[in-house]
Amino acid sequence: MSGTVALTDRGAPAILTARNGLLGALSDLFWRKPKLLLFLMLLPPVLWLGIVYLGSLFALLLQSFFSIDEYSGMIKREFTLKTYGELLQPANLDIMIRTVVMATLVTIASAVVAFPIAHYAARYARGKWKALFYLGIMLPLWSSYLVKIYAWKLILAKEGIFNWALANLHLTGLLEAWLALPIVGGSSLSVSFTGTFIVFVYVWLPFMILPIQASLERIPVSLVEASADLGASPGRSFWSVIFPLALPGVAAGSIFTFSLTLGDYIIPKIIGTSHLFIGQAVYAHQGTAGNIPLAAAFTVVPIVVMGLYLWMAKRMGAFDAI
Amino acid sequence: MRSDREASAPFGLKVAAACGLLFLHVPILLIFVYAFTTEDKTYQWPPPGFTTQWLGVTWNRTDVWEALTVSVKIAAIATLIAIVLGTLCAAAVSRSRFFGREAISLLIILPIALPGIITGISLRSAFSLMDIPFSTWTIVLGHATFCVVVVYNNAVARFRRTSGSLIEASYDLGADGFQTFRYVILPNIGTALLAGGMLAFALSFDEVIVTTFTSGQQQTLPIWMLEELVRPRQRPVTNVVAMVVVLVTLIPIIAAYYLTREGDQVSGAGK
Repeated sequence: MSGTVALTDRGAPAILTARNGLLGALSDLFWRKPKLLLFLMLLPPVLWLGIVYLGSLFALLLQSFFSIDEYSGMIKREFTLKTYGELLQPANLDIMIRTVVMATLVTIASAVVAFPIAHYAARYARGKWKALFYLGIMLPLWSSYLVKIYAWKLILAKEGIFNWALANLHLTGLLEAWLALPIVGGSSLSVSFTGTFIVFVYVWLPFMILPIQASLERIPVSLVEASADLGASPGRSFWSVIFPLALPGVAAGSIFTFSLTLGDYIIPKIIGTSHLFIGQAVYAHQGTAGNIPLAAAFTVVPIVVMGLYLWMAKRMGAFDAI
Repeated sequence: MRSDREASAPFGLKVAAACGLLFLHVPILLIFVYAFTTEDKTYQWPPPGFTTQWLGVTWNRTDVWEALTVSVKIAAIATLIAIVLGTLCAAAVSRSRFFGREAISLLIILPIALPGIITGISLRSAFSLMDIPFSTWTIVLGHATFCVVVVYNNAVARFRRTSGSLIEASYDLGADGFQTFRYVILPNIGTALLAGGMLAFALSFDEVIVTTFTSGQQQTLPIWMLEELVRPRQRPVTNVVAMVVVLVTLIPIIAAYYLTREGDQVSGAGK
Protein backbone atom coordinates (compact mmCIF):
# COMPACT_ATOMS: atom_id res chain seq x y z
CA MET A 1 0.00 0.00 0.00
CA SER A 2 1.90 3.03 -1.13
CA GLY A 3 1.11 6.38 -2.62
CA THR A 4 -1.68 8.77 -1.83
CA VAL A 5 -4.91 9.81 -3.44
CA ALA A 6 -4.20 10.07 -7.10
CA LEU A 7 -7.16 11.62 -8.83
CA THR A 8 -9.92 13.96 -7.97
CA ASP A 9 -13.46 13.18 -8.95
CA ARG A 10 -13.29 15.75 -11.72
CA GLY A 11 -10.69 13.65 -13.42
CA ALA A 12 -7.87 16.17 -13.01
CA PRO A 13 -4.43 14.91 -14.00
CA ALA A 14 -2.76 12.66 -11.49
CA ILE A 15 -0.49 14.50 -9.13
CA LEU A 16 0.54 11.30 -7.47
CA THR A 17 0.87 7.84 -8.84
CA ALA A 18 -1.99 5.35 -8.75
CA ARG A 19 -2.11 2.72 -6.05
CA ASN A 20 -0.59 -0.71 -6.45
CA GLY A 21 -2.42 -3.98 -6.14
CA LEU A 22 -6.01 -4.96 -6.57
CA LEU A 23 -7.29 -3.36 -3.37
CA GLY A 24 -5.50 -0.14 -4.18
CA ALA A 25 -6.93 -0.09 -7.68
CA LEU A 26 -10.42 -0.75 -6.31
CA SER A 27 -10.00 2.02 -3.79
CA ASP A 28 -8.97 4.43 -6.54
CA LEU A 29 -11.90 3.33 -8.68
CA PHE A 30 -14.38 4.04 -5.86
CA TRP A 31 -12.77 7.42 -5.26
CA ARG A 32 -13.18 8.37 -8.91
CA LYS A 33 -16.68 6.96 -9.14
CA PRO A 34 -18.51 7.42 -5.83
CA LYS A 35 -21.78 6.49 -7.54
CA LEU A 36 -20.38 3.04 -8.25
CA LEU A 37 -19.52 2.53 -4.58
CA LEU A 38 -22.99 3.73 -3.61
CA PHE A 39 -24.53 1.32 -6.07
CA LEU A 40 -22.47 -1.60 -4.78
CA MET A 41 -23.34 -0.75 -1.18
CA LEU A 42 -27.05 -0.57 -1.87
CA LEU A 43 -27.17 -3.65 -4.07
CA PRO A 44 -27.14 -6.41 -1.39
CA PRO A 45 -29.74 -4.92 0.98
CA VAL A 46 -32.05 -3.82 -1.83
CA LEU A 47 -31.77 -7.19 -3.56
CA TRP A 48 -32.47 -9.02 -0.29
CA LEU A 49 -35.45 -6.94 0.74
CA GLY A 50 -36.69 -6.57 -2.81
CA ILE A 51 -36.62 -10.28 -3.61
CA VAL A 52 -37.27 -11.91 -0.25
CA TYR A 53 -39.71 -9.42 1.16
CA LEU A 54 -41.40 -7.49 -1.63
CA GLY A 55 -41.34 -10.58 -3.83
CA SER A 56 -43.18 -12.61 -1.21
CA LEU A 57 -45.60 -9.81 -0.48
CA PHE A 58 -46.40 -9.56 -4.16
CA ALA A 59 -46.82 -13.33 -4.43
CA LEU A 60 -49.28 -13.17 -1.54
CA LEU A 61 -51.33 -10.35 -3.06
CA LEU A 62 -51.40 -12.24 -6.32
CA GLN A 63 -52.87 -15.29 -4.61
CA SER A 64 -55.69 -13.26 -3.11
CA PHE A 65 -57.04 -13.03 -6.68
CA PHE A 66 -57.07 -16.82 -7.02
CA SER A 67 -59.84 -18.94 -5.60
CA ILE A 68 -60.25 -22.34 -4.08
CA ASP A 69 -62.30 -25.06 -5.71
CA GLU A 70 -64.97 -26.04 -3.20
CA TYR A 71 -65.08 -29.70 -4.23
CA SER A 72 -61.46 -30.64 -4.80
CA GLY A 73 -59.92 -28.12 -2.38
CA MET A 74 -57.37 -27.24 -5.06
CA ILE A 75 -56.34 -23.67 -5.76
CA LYS A 76 -57.50 -22.43 -9.17
CA ARG A 77 -54.83 -20.14 -10.58
CA GLU A 78 -56.98 -17.76 -12.56
CA PHE A 79 -58.02 -14.18 -11.87
CA THR A 80 -61.22 -13.80 -9.86
CA LEU A 81 -62.68 -11.45 -7.27
CA LYS A 82 -64.68 -14.28 -5.71
CA THR A 83 -62.34 -14.59 -2.74
CA TYR A 84 -62.78 -10.93 -1.88
CA GLY A 85 -66.52 -11.52 -2.12
CA GLU A 86 -66.19 -14.19 0.57
CA LEU A 87 -64.68 -11.60 2.88
CA LEU A 88 -68.06 -9.85 2.93
CA GLN A 89 -69.88 -12.85 4.38
CA PRO A 90 -71.39 -11.95 7.78
CA ALA A 91 -69.06 -14.28 9.72
CA ASN A 92 -65.97 -12.72 8.13
CA LEU A 93 -67.30 -9.17 8.50
CA ASP A 94 -67.79 -9.94 12.20
CA ILE A 95 -64.15 -10.93 12.50
CA MET A 96 -63.01 -7.69 10.87
CA ILE A 97 -65.27 -5.46 12.94
CA ARG A 98 -64.27 -7.25 16.15
CA THR A 99 -60.59 -6.79 15.36
CA VAL A 100 -60.84 -3.13 14.41
CA VAL A 101 -62.94 -2.31 17.51
CA MET A 102 -60.46 -4.14 19.73
CA ALA A 103 -57.52 -2.35 18.09
CA THR A 104 -59.25 1.02 18.64
CA LEU A 105 -60.02 0.32 22.31
CA VAL A 106 -56.51 -1.01 22.96
CA THR A 107 -55.03 2.09 21.35
CA ILE A 108 -57.12 4.47 23.46
CA ALA A 109 -56.38 2.60 26.70
CA SER A 110 -52.65 2.42 25.93
CA ALA A 111 -52.55 6.16 25.31
CA VAL A 112 -54.29 6.86 28.64
CA VAL A 113 -51.96 4.57 30.62
CA ALA A 114 -48.83 5.61 28.71
CA PHE A 115 -49.24 9.38 28.93
CA PRO A 116 -48.46 9.86 32.64
CA ILE A 117 -45.41 7.60 32.43
CA ALA A 118 -44.10 9.40 29.34
CA HIS A 119 -44.91 12.80 30.85
CA TYR A 120 -43.06 12.07 34.06
CA ALA A 121 -40.09 10.51 32.26
CA ALA A 122 -39.81 13.42 29.80
CA ARG A 123 -40.39 16.44 32.02
CA TYR A 124 -39.66 15.54 35.63
CA ALA A 125 -37.24 12.60 35.79
CA ARG A 126 -33.62 13.75 36.07
CA GLY A 127 -30.25 12.04 36.23
CA LYS A 128 -30.45 8.59 37.77
CA TRP A 129 -34.24 8.57 37.59
CA LYS A 130 -34.12 9.35 33.91
CA ALA A 131 -31.94 6.30 33.22
CA LEU A 132 -34.16 4.20 35.47
CA PHE A 133 -37.28 5.26 33.60
CA TYR A 134 -35.59 4.61 30.29
CA LEU A 135 -34.60 1.08 31.24
CA GLY A 136 -37.94 0.65 32.99
CA ILE A 137 -39.64 1.16 29.63
CA MET A 138 -37.07 -0.62 27.45
CA LEU A 139 -36.87 -3.81 29.50
CA PRO A 140 -40.59 -4.68 29.26
CA LEU A 141 -40.50 -3.64 25.58
CA TRP A 142 -37.76 -6.12 24.81
CA SER A 143 -38.76 -8.87 27.20
CA SER A 144 -39.98 -11.96 25.45
CA TYR A 145 -43.42 -11.54 23.94
CA LEU A 146 -44.45 -15.09 24.83
CA VAL A 147 -43.18 -14.80 28.37
CA LYS A 148 -45.29 -11.67 28.83
CA ILE A 149 -48.38 -13.53 27.63
CA TYR A 150 -47.45 -16.47 29.83
CA ALA A 151 -47.18 -14.14 32.82
CA TRP A 152 -50.76 -13.02 32.22
CA LYS A 153 -51.90 -16.59 31.97
CA LEU A 154 -50.47 -17.06 35.46
CA ILE A 155 -52.07 -13.85 36.73
CA LEU A 156 -55.54 -14.37 35.28
CA ALA A 157 -55.81 -18.09 36.10
CA LYS A 158 -58.70 -18.96 38.43
CA GLU A 159 -56.26 -19.92 41.19
CA GLY A 160 -53.91 -17.04 40.24
CA ILE A 161 -52.83 -13.83 41.91
CA PHE A 162 -55.56 -11.60 40.49
CA ASN A 163 -58.44 -13.56 41.94
CA TRP A 164 -56.47 -14.03 45.14
CA ALA A 165 -56.02 -10.27 45.47
CA LEU A 166 -59.69 -9.61 44.74
CA ALA A 167 -60.74 -12.21 47.30
CA ASN A 168 -58.54 -10.60 49.94
CA LEU A 169 -60.03 -7.19 49.12
CA HIS A 170 -63.54 -8.73 49.19
CA LEU A 171 -64.16 -7.56 45.63
CA THR A 172 -64.86 -10.95 44.05
CA GLY A 173 -68.52 -9.97 43.65
CA LEU A 174 -67.49 -7.04 41.47
CA LEU A 175 -65.52 -9.30 39.13
CA GLU A 176 -68.42 -11.75 38.94
CA ALA A 177 -70.78 -8.92 38.04
CA TRP A 178 -68.40 -7.80 35.30
CA LEU A 179 -67.99 -11.32 33.93
CA ALA A 180 -71.78 -11.71 33.84
CA LEU A 181 -72.00 -8.85 31.33
CA PRO A 182 -72.54 -9.81 27.69
CA ILE A 183 -69.66 -9.51 25.20
CA VAL A 184 -66.97 -8.35 27.66
CA GLY A 185 -67.71 -11.16 30.11
CA GLY A 186 -67.14 -14.90 30.09
CA SER A 187 -66.69 -17.84 32.42
CA SER A 188 -63.41 -16.38 33.70
CA LEU A 189 -61.11 -13.48 32.87
CA SER A 190 -58.69 -15.63 30.88
CA VAL A 191 -61.46 -16.66 28.47
CA SER A 192 -63.09 -13.25 27.99
CA PHE A 193 -62.53 -10.25 25.73
CA THR A 194 -61.67 -8.28 28.87
CA GLY A 195 -58.69 -10.58 29.41
CA THR A 196 -57.61 -10.28 25.76
CA PHE A 197 -57.90 -6.49 26.04
CA ILE A 198 -55.76 -6.29 29.20
CA VAL A 199 -53.01 -8.43 27.69
CA PHE A 200 -53.01 -6.40 24.45
CA VAL A 201 -52.66 -3.16 26.40
CA TYR A 202 -49.90 -4.65 28.53
CA VAL A 203 -47.86 -6.03 25.66
CA TRP A 204 -48.05 -2.93 23.42
CA LEU A 205 -47.82 -0.26 26.13
CA PRO A 206 -44.06 0.49 25.72
CA PHE A 207 -44.63 1.13 22.00
CA MET A 208 -46.98 3.94 23.02
CA ILE A 209 -44.79 5.38 25.80
CA LEU A 210 -41.64 5.90 23.73
CA PRO A 211 -43.04 8.15 20.95
CA ILE A 212 -45.08 10.22 23.44
CA GLN A 213 -41.97 10.68 25.55
CA ALA A 214 -39.98 11.71 22.47
CA SER A 215 -42.55 14.33 21.47
CA LEU A 216 -42.80 15.68 25.04
CA GLU A 217 -39.04 16.00 25.29
CA ARG A 218 -39.03 18.19 22.22
CA ILE A 219 -41.30 20.83 23.76
CA PRO A 220 -39.09 23.75 24.83
CA VAL A 221 -39.31 24.56 28.54
CA SER A 222 -39.62 28.23 27.60
CA LEU A 223 -43.03 27.60 26.05
CA VAL A 224 -44.39 26.24 29.32
CA GLU A 225 -42.72 29.09 31.21
CA ALA A 226 -44.28 31.62 28.87
CA SER A 227 -47.67 30.06 29.47
CA ALA A 228 -47.16 30.34 33.23
CA ASP A 229 -45.91 33.94 32.90
CA LEU A 230 -49.06 34.80 31.00
CA GLY A 231 -51.07 33.64 33.99
CA ALA A 232 -52.06 30.10 33.10
CA SER A 233 -52.43 27.63 35.93
CA PRO A 234 -50.34 24.43 35.64
CA GLY A 235 -53.46 22.57 34.54
CA ARG A 236 -54.28 25.16 31.88
CA SER A 237 -50.67 25.09 30.63
CA PHE A 238 -50.90 21.33 30.33
CA TRP A 239 -54.14 21.26 28.36
CA SER A 240 -53.45 24.30 26.17
CA VAL A 241 -49.71 23.94 25.53
CA ILE A 242 -48.22 20.56 26.40
CA PHE A 243 -51.05 18.24 25.39
CA PRO A 244 -51.61 19.60 21.86
CA LEU A 245 -47.87 19.46 21.18
CA ALA A 246 -47.73 15.84 22.39
CA LEU A 247 -50.53 14.69 20.08
CA PRO A 248 -48.20 13.77 17.18
CA GLY A 249 -46.44 11.43 19.63
CA VAL A 250 -49.75 9.85 20.58
CA ALA A 251 -50.55 9.41 16.89
CA ALA A 252 -47.14 7.82 16.28
CA GLY A 253 -47.60 5.41 19.18
CA SER A 254 -51.07 4.56 18.01
CA ILE A 255 -49.62 3.38 14.69
CA PHE A 256 -47.77 0.66 16.59
CA THR A 257 -50.56 -0.34 18.97
CA PHE A 258 -53.16 -0.35 16.21
CA SER A 259 -51.07 -2.26 13.67
CA LEU A 260 -49.79 -4.79 16.18
CA THR A 261 -53.30 -5.53 17.47
CA LEU A 262 -54.64 -5.91 13.94
CA GLY A 263 -52.13 -8.60 13.06
CA ASP A 264 -51.78 -10.52 16.31
CA TYR A 265 -53.13 -14.04 16.53
CA ILE A 266 -51.33 -15.49 19.54
CA ILE A 267 -52.75 -13.30 22.33
CA PRO A 268 -56.45 -13.91 21.48
CA LYS A 269 -55.68 -17.61 21.04
CA ILE A 270 -54.15 -18.00 24.48
CA ILE A 271 -56.13 -15.45 26.48
CA GLY A 272 -59.52 -15.02 24.88
CA THR A 273 -62.77 -16.46 23.66
CA SER A 274 -63.40 -18.79 20.76
CA HIS A 275 -64.40 -15.82 18.58
CA LEU A 276 -61.69 -15.19 16.00
CA PHE A 277 -59.63 -12.10 15.22
CA ILE A 278 -58.18 -11.34 11.77
CA GLY A 279 -54.80 -12.88 12.60
CA GLN A 280 -56.42 -16.09 13.79
CA ALA A 281 -58.59 -16.24 10.69
CA VAL A 282 -55.52 -15.88 8.47
CA TYR A 283 -53.74 -18.57 10.42
CA ALA A 284 -56.70 -20.94 10.31
CA HIS A 285 -57.33 -20.48 6.59
CA GLN A 286 -53.73 -21.00 5.50
CA GLY A 287 -53.14 -23.87 7.91
CA THR A 288 -55.66 -26.67 8.30
CA ALA A 289 -58.09 -25.36 5.68
CA GLY A 290 -55.35 -24.80 3.11
CA ASN A 291 -57.32 -21.88 1.71
CA ILE A 292 -54.39 -19.60 0.93
CA PRO A 293 -56.41 -17.27 -1.34
CA LEU A 294 -58.87 -16.43 1.45
CA ALA A 295 -56.02 -16.09 3.96
CA ALA A 296 -54.28 -13.73 1.53
CA ALA A 297 -57.46 -11.70 1.04
CA PHE A 298 -57.77 -11.44 4.83
CA THR A 299 -54.24 -10.02 5.16
CA VAL A 300 -55.16 -7.33 2.66
CA VAL A 301 -57.61 -5.96 5.26
CA PRO A 302 -54.95 -4.92 7.81
CA ILE A 303 -52.78 -3.60 4.97
CA VAL A 304 -55.62 -1.37 3.73
CA VAL A 305 -56.66 -0.31 7.24
CA MET A 306 -53.04 0.51 8.11
CA GLY A 307 -52.64 2.39 4.82
CA LEU A 308 -55.61 4.59 5.70
CA TYR A 309 -54.38 4.95 9.26
CA LEU A 310 -50.87 5.94 8.20
CA TRP A 311 -52.30 8.48 5.79
CA MET A 312 -54.33 10.08 8.60
CA ALA A 313 -51.40 9.89 11.01
CA LYS A 314 -49.15 11.60 8.49
CA ARG A 315 -51.61 14.47 8.28
CA MET A 316 -51.38 14.79 12.07
CA GLY A 317 -47.60 14.99 11.86
CA ALA A 318 -47.02 11.63 13.52
CA PHE A 319 -43.95 10.79 11.46
CA ASP A 320 -41.91 13.57 12.99
CA ALA A 321 -42.35 11.95 16.38
CA ILE A 322 -41.21 8.40 15.66
CA MET B 1 -46.70 31.99 38.82
CA ARG B 2 -43.40 30.33 39.53
CA SER B 3 -41.40 29.24 36.58
CA ASP B 4 -38.55 27.20 38.00
CA ARG B 5 -37.88 24.30 35.72
CA GLU B 6 -37.04 21.92 38.55
CA ALA B 7 -40.61 22.06 39.80
CA SER B 8 -41.62 18.70 41.20
CA ALA B 9 -44.36 16.70 39.56
CA PRO B 10 -47.97 16.96 40.73
CA PHE B 11 -48.90 14.17 43.12
CA GLY B 12 -51.46 12.63 40.79
CA LEU B 13 -48.92 12.38 37.98
CA LYS B 14 -46.41 10.66 40.26
CA VAL B 15 -48.99 8.11 41.33
CA ALA B 16 -50.15 7.46 37.75
CA ALA B 17 -46.57 7.06 36.49
CA ALA B 18 -45.65 4.75 39.37
CA CYS B 19 -48.76 2.62 38.81
CA GLY B 20 -47.96 2.42 35.09
CA LEU B 21 -44.42 1.23 35.78
CA LEU B 22 -45.70 -1.32 38.31
CA PHE B 23 -48.19 -2.57 35.71
CA LEU B 24 -45.26 -3.05 33.32
CA HIS B 25 -42.99 -4.86 35.73
CA VAL B 26 -45.03 -6.90 38.19
CA PRO B 27 -46.05 -9.57 35.63
CA ILE B 28 -42.42 -10.16 34.67
CA LEU B 29 -41.36 -10.36 38.32
CA LEU B 30 -44.07 -12.96 38.95
CA ILE B 31 -42.33 -15.25 36.45
CA PHE B 32 -39.33 -15.35 38.77
CA VAL B 33 -41.50 -16.37 41.72
CA TYR B 34 -43.28 -19.10 39.78
CA ALA B 35 -39.99 -20.65 38.64
CA PHE B 36 -39.40 -21.74 42.24
CA THR B 37 -42.88 -22.88 43.26
CA THR B 38 -43.44 -26.42 44.52
CA GLU B 39 -46.88 -26.55 42.87
CA ASP B 40 -46.67 -28.39 39.54
CA LYS B 41 -50.29 -28.88 38.45
CA THR B 42 -51.88 -25.41 38.69
CA TYR B 43 -50.90 -21.73 38.72
CA GLN B 44 -51.75 -21.43 42.39
CA TRP B 45 -51.01 -18.15 44.17
CA PRO B 46 -49.53 -17.74 46.72
CA PRO B 47 -47.13 -20.62 46.00
CA PRO B 48 -47.48 -23.35 48.63
CA GLY B 49 -43.69 -23.59 48.96
CA PHE B 50 -40.41 -22.92 47.22
CA THR B 51 -37.92 -25.31 45.68
CA THR B 52 -35.01 -25.20 43.26
CA GLN B 53 -35.55 -28.72 41.96
CA TRP B 54 -37.14 -27.51 38.68
CA LEU B 55 -33.90 -25.84 37.65
CA GLY B 56 -32.25 -29.27 37.67
CA VAL B 57 -35.18 -30.93 35.94
CA THR B 58 -35.08 -28.32 33.17
CA TRP B 59 -31.31 -28.61 32.85
CA ASN B 60 -31.68 -32.31 32.02
CA ARG B 61 -34.37 -31.83 29.39
CA THR B 62 -32.95 -32.56 25.95
CA ASP B 63 -35.92 -31.02 24.07
CA VAL B 64 -35.31 -27.67 25.77
CA TRP B 65 -31.61 -27.78 24.91
CA GLU B 66 -32.34 -28.68 21.29
CA ALA B 67 -34.82 -25.84 20.94
CA LEU B 68 -32.33 -23.45 22.54
CA THR B 69 -29.58 -24.56 20.15
CA VAL B 70 -31.80 -24.03 17.11
CA SER B 71 -32.83 -20.57 18.38
CA VAL B 72 -29.26 -19.45 19.06
CA LYS B 73 -28.05 -20.74 15.69
CA ILE B 74 -30.83 -18.96 13.79
CA ALA B 75 -30.42 -15.74 15.76
CA ALA B 76 -26.65 -15.75 15.19
CA ILE B 77 -26.87 -16.24 11.42
CA ALA B 78 -29.77 -13.79 11.03
CA THR B 79 -27.86 -11.20 13.08
CA LEU B 80 -24.74 -11.56 10.93
CA ILE B 81 -26.76 -11.07 7.73
CA ALA B 82 -28.61 -8.14 9.29
CA ILE B 83 -25.36 -6.46 10.37
CA VAL B 84 -23.89 -6.67 6.86
CA LEU B 85 -27.05 -5.52 5.05
CA GLY B 86 -28.02 -2.90 7.66
CA THR B 87 -24.56 -1.31 7.74
CA LEU B 88 -24.26 -1.17 3.96
CA CYS B 89 -27.65 0.46 3.70
CA ALA B 90 -27.02 2.90 6.54
CA ALA B 91 -23.68 3.93 5.02
CA ALA B 92 -25.25 4.52 1.62
CA VAL B 93 -28.27 6.41 2.96
CA SER B 94 -26.37 8.62 5.38
CA ARG B 95 -23.43 9.61 3.20
CA SER B 96 -25.24 10.69 0.07
CA ARG B 97 -28.52 11.88 -1.30
CA PHE B 98 -29.83 10.01 -4.29
CA PHE B 99 -33.01 9.28 -6.11
CA GLY B 100 -35.13 6.75 -4.22
CA ARG B 101 -33.47 7.35 -0.85
CA GLU B 102 -36.81 7.73 0.92
CA ALA B 103 -38.11 4.60 -0.78
CA ILE B 104 -35.16 2.61 0.54
CA SER B 105 -35.69 3.68 4.14
CA LEU B 106 -39.36 2.76 3.75
CA LEU B 107 -38.39 -0.63 2.31
CA ILE B 108 -36.20 -1.33 5.34
CA ILE B 109 -38.88 -0.36 7.86
CA LEU B 110 -41.76 -2.11 6.11
CA PRO B 111 -41.11 -5.67 7.41
CA ILE B 112 -41.44 -4.38 10.95
CA ALA B 113 -44.18 -1.80 10.34
CA LEU B 114 -46.61 -4.28 8.83
CA PRO B 115 -48.01 -6.89 11.23
CA GLY B 116 -45.72 -9.92 11.57
CA ILE B 117 -48.42 -12.21 10.31
CA ILE B 118 -48.24 -10.53 6.89
CA THR B 119 -44.48 -11.08 6.64
CA GLY B 120 -45.00 -14.64 7.81
CA ILE B 121 -47.74 -15.64 5.44
CA SER B 122 -46.08 -13.86 2.48
CA LEU B 123 -42.89 -15.83 3.01
CA ARG B 124 -44.81 -19.06 3.50
CA SER B 125 -46.81 -18.64 0.33
CA ALA B 126 -43.68 -17.67 -1.61
CA PHE B 127 -41.84 -20.76 -0.35
CA SER B 128 -44.74 -22.99 -1.29
CA LEU B 129 -45.07 -21.35 -4.73
CA MET B 130 -41.40 -22.03 -5.38
CA ASP B 131 -41.44 -25.48 -3.76
CA ILE B 132 -38.74 -24.54 -1.26
CA PRO B 133 -38.85 -27.05 1.64
CA PHE B 134 -38.99 -25.57 5.13
CA SER B 135 -35.73 -25.73 7.01
CA THR B 136 -33.60 -23.75 9.43
CA TRP B 137 -32.64 -21.60 6.45
CA THR B 138 -36.19 -20.55 5.66
CA ILE B 139 -36.48 -19.34 9.26
CA VAL B 140 -33.17 -17.46 8.92
CA LEU B 141 -34.42 -15.85 5.72
CA GLY B 142 -37.47 -14.47 7.51
CA HIS B 143 -35.62 -13.36 10.63
CA ALA B 144 -32.84 -11.57 8.77
CA THR B 145 -35.46 -9.60 6.83
CA PHE B 146 -36.93 -7.91 9.88
CA CYS B 147 -33.64 -7.72 11.83
CA VAL B 148 -32.05 -5.42 9.23
CA VAL B 149 -34.05 -2.47 10.54
CA VAL B 150 -32.61 -2.50 14.08
CA VAL B 151 -29.00 -2.58 12.87
CA TYR B 152 -29.85 0.07 10.28
CA ASN B 153 -31.45 2.39 12.86
CA ASN B 154 -28.45 2.19 15.18
CA ALA B 155 -25.91 2.57 12.38
CA VAL B 156 -27.71 5.53 10.76
CA ALA B 157 -27.82 7.38 14.09
CA ARG B 158 -24.09 6.86 14.54
CA PHE B 159 -23.16 7.78 10.97
CA ARG B 160 -25.04 11.03 11.44
CA ARG B 161 -22.90 11.87 14.45
CA THR B 162 -19.64 10.84 12.78
CA SER B 163 -18.19 13.86 11.08
CA GLY B 164 -17.49 13.50 7.37
CA SER B 165 -14.30 15.51 7.78
CA LEU B 166 -12.74 12.60 9.67
CA ILE B 167 -13.05 10.49 6.57
CA GLU B 168 -11.73 13.27 4.34
CA ALA B 169 -8.79 13.74 6.70
CA SER B 170 -8.02 10.05 6.43
CA TYR B 171 -7.95 10.29 2.65
CA ASP B 172 -5.83 13.44 2.80
CA LEU B 173 -3.32 11.65 4.97
CA GLY B 174 -2.94 8.98 2.34
CA ALA B 175 -5.16 6.15 3.45
CA ASP B 176 -7.05 4.26 0.78
CA GLY B 177 -10.75 3.45 1.01
CA PHE B 178 -10.26 0.14 2.78
CA GLN B 179 -7.77 1.55 5.27
CA THR B 180 -10.17 4.40 5.99
CA PHE B 181 -12.92 1.89 6.62
CA ARG B 182 -10.74 -0.28 8.82
CA TYR B 183 -9.04 2.45 10.89
CA VAL B 184 -11.46 5.38 10.85
CA ILE B 185 -15.04 4.32 10.10
CA LEU B 186 -15.15 0.97 11.88
CA PRO B 187 -13.85 2.21 15.26
CA ASN B 188 -16.41 5.01 15.08
CA ILE B 189 -19.42 2.87 14.32
CA GLY B 190 -18.24 -0.29 16.11
CA THR B 191 -20.25 0.09 19.31
CA ALA B 192 -23.37 1.10 17.38
CA LEU B 193 -23.06 -2.06 15.26
CA LEU B 194 -22.53 -4.16 18.37
CA ALA B 195 -25.59 -2.62 19.99
CA GLY B 196 -27.67 -3.06 16.84
CA GLY B 197 -26.44 -6.62 16.50
CA MET B 198 -27.40 -7.45 20.06
CA LEU B 199 -30.86 -5.99 19.62
CA ALA B 200 -31.24 -7.93 16.38
CA PHE B 201 -30.18 -11.08 18.22
CA ALA B 202 -32.74 -10.45 20.96
CA LEU B 203 -35.42 -9.75 18.36
CA SER B 204 -34.72 -12.96 16.44
CA PHE B 205 -34.28 -15.06 19.59
CA ASP B 206 -37.75 -14.05 20.75
CA GLU B 207 -39.60 -14.08 17.41
CA VAL B 208 -42.55 -16.43 17.15
CA ILE B 209 -45.13 -15.12 14.65
CA VAL B 210 -42.98 -15.21 11.52
CA THR B 211 -41.32 -18.40 12.75
CA THR B 212 -44.58 -20.34 12.97
CA PHE B 213 -45.06 -19.68 9.27
CA THR B 214 -41.53 -20.39 8.06
CA SER B 215 -40.57 -23.46 10.10
CA GLY B 216 -41.20 -27.07 9.28
CA GLN B 217 -40.07 -29.59 11.87
CA GLN B 218 -37.61 -27.20 13.50
CA GLN B 219 -38.53 -26.14 16.99
CA THR B 220 -37.12 -22.85 18.23
CA LEU B 221 -37.44 -21.97 21.88
CA PRO B 222 -40.40 -19.60 21.32
CA ILE B 223 -42.18 -22.33 19.34
CA TRP B 224 -41.56 -24.72 22.23
CA MET B 225 -43.02 -22.14 24.63
CA LEU B 226 -46.00 -21.50 22.37
CA GLU B 227 -46.89 -25.19 22.43
CA GLU B 228 -46.69 -25.17 26.20
CA LEU B 229 -48.92 -22.10 26.30
CA VAL B 230 -51.57 -23.70 24.14
CA ARG B 231 -51.41 -27.13 25.82
CA PRO B 232 -49.69 -26.90 29.21
CA ARG B 233 -48.08 -30.25 29.94
CA GLN B 234 -45.05 -29.45 32.08
CA ARG B 235 -45.77 -26.21 33.91
CA PRO B 236 -42.70 -26.20 36.19
CA VAL B 237 -40.31 -26.61 33.25
CA THR B 238 -42.13 -23.86 31.33
CA ASN B 239 -41.83 -21.55 34.34
CA VAL B 240 -38.06 -22.08 34.47
CA VAL B 241 -37.67 -21.67 30.70
CA ALA B 242 -39.67 -18.42 30.86
CA MET B 243 -37.38 -17.09 33.58
CA VAL B 244 -34.26 -18.03 31.62
CA VAL B 245 -35.64 -16.38 28.46
CA VAL B 246 -36.26 -13.14 30.38
CA LEU B 247 -32.72 -13.19 31.75
CA VAL B 248 -31.16 -14.01 28.37
CA THR B 249 -32.98 -11.17 26.58
CA LEU B 250 -32.25 -8.64 29.36
CA ILE B 251 -28.48 -8.94 29.04
CA PRO B 252 -28.22 -7.69 25.43
CA ILE B 253 -30.70 -4.88 26.12
CA ILE B 254 -28.78 -3.52 29.09
CA ALA B 255 -25.49 -3.96 27.24
CA ALA B 256 -26.87 -2.17 24.16
CA TYR B 257 -28.05 0.66 26.41
CA TYR B 258 -24.59 1.19 27.86
CA LEU B 259 -22.92 0.94 24.46
CA THR B 260 -25.00 3.66 22.85
CA ARG B 261 -26.08 5.93 25.68
CA GLU B 262 -23.41 8.57 25.01
CA GLY B 263 -25.16 10.99 22.72
CA ASP B 264 -27.74 8.96 20.90
CA GLN B 265 -30.42 6.57 22.00
CA VAL B 266 -30.74 2.88 21.41
CA SER B 267 -33.12 2.50 18.55
CA GLY B 268 -35.34 0.13 20.37
CA ALA B 269 -38.46 2.10 19.58
CA GLY B 270 -38.53 0.54 16.17
CA LYS B 271 -39.00 -2.96 17.42
